[in-house]
Amino acid sequence: MAKIIGGVTSSHIPAVGNAIDKGLQQEPYWKRFFDGYKPAAAWLEEHKPDVVIVVYNDHGLNFFLDKVPTFALGCADTYYHTDEGWALNPLAPFPGDAQFSWHMAEKLVAQEFDICTCQEMKVDHGFVNPLRALFGTHEKWPFKSIPLAVNTVQHPLPTAARCLKLGRALRKAIESYPEDMKVVILGTGGMSHQLQGERAGIIDVDFDLECMERIASDPEWMTQFTNGELIARAGSEGIETIMWLVMRGALQDNVKIIHKHYHAPISNTGAGVMVLENTFI
Amino acid sequence: MAWTKHDYDSIPGTYVFDGKHAHGAYLLNKMLYSFCEQDNRDEFARDPAAYCDKYGVAGQYKDLVLKKDFLGMLRSGANIYYMAKMAVPNGVSVQDAGAAFQGVTTKEFQDKLLAKSDGLVEKLKARGGYWVG
Repeated sequence: MAKIIGGVTSSHIPAVGNAIDKGLQQEPYWKRFFDGYKPAAAWLEEHKPDVVIVVYNDHGLNFFLDKVPTFALGCADTYYHTDEGWALNPLAPFPGDAQFSWHMAEKLVAQEFDICTCQEMKVDHGFVNPLRALFGTHEKWPFKSIPLAVNTVQHPLPTAARCLKLGRALRKAIESYPEDMKVVILGTGGMSHQLQGERAGIIDVDFDLECMERIASDPEWMTQFTNGELIARAGSEGIETIMWLVMRGALQDNVKIIHKHYHAPISNTGAGVMVLENTFI
Repeated sequence: MAWTKHDYDSIPGTYVFDGKHAHGAYLLNKMLYSFCEQDNRDEFARDPAAYCDKYGVAGQYKDLVLKKDFLGMLRSGANIYYMAKMAVPNGVSVQDAGAAFQGVTTKEFQDKLLAKSDGLVEKLKARGGYWVG
């Protein structure tokens, strides 16, 4: 049976991809941020997941505003990273697992999560940067990955509560797949940041740390907030942290905290990394 | 006929991208989305006004694009991620844009952000459980 061995979180800031491309990881600005990924990378290297489900938001590469699915699952055997406007070099294609994806789609819809299924899905920085930071950059990626896109771009967005419930449904969907394989859920985005308007540049370190700690130990805490309240506190783009709840919902109620790393600022953002392990393994 | 009000409407200096913005600025965002492709970025660079016309971006929207008035575009309904597809290839980073939104220099904007790291490691140690190197 497919087994969820744990969940990882990571911000997906575009500048991280640039820093990796330019080899800046040990420059003073970046060193503490990237060094804090090493224990997470080591845990992944030790446990070698077969499949990584990446919960992220598309920033206007795969989806235009003509059709905006609240939740969209990649159901392809390959996902392509293409130019999203900044002329960066595209990375090697990411192998998927269409059979596993379709199984999850069926089981999610059966649990009343009426997701959008995508047989083609271009992936942007939201998907690729966390994978690069955690696994390094590969010509041949040593795992399969599946994109699960959450709309955090065009309101109305799903609530934190809804994201947590999606995670719980995802857990059932994954654990009912008969093939033996190890699955990791990667919750990306956040933490506090605002790119737009006169309020651009806010970072709320205390709120970020509270969110990290609560997501690990008491994720229901996040569900008390409306999206408006989260934006007021964490910024219009900081709302992305709700995607971590999809990851959290897919894990056991009590998890082992393997690693917790926070750094601010990276670009305009408070950046958080966590590794949460399911203890039954 | 009215746009539904929201709890986020009153957050200062914040233009939450919802139906009201997405509807009004649909063609503008459609043009910005086209900048995912290099050929389109090049065509825009050669003749911005003609490119606006091609996408039906007219009136105040066109004026704001031609002036590269990013705050004006944002207020008119441009999505920040879509706007980045116009700004970044023109050498305007998100931090340059953030500074422009506030009427400060990029250096001032960055310094304010960097101040967030003051006392951070001590704070993480006090809370406990965080990687501190």
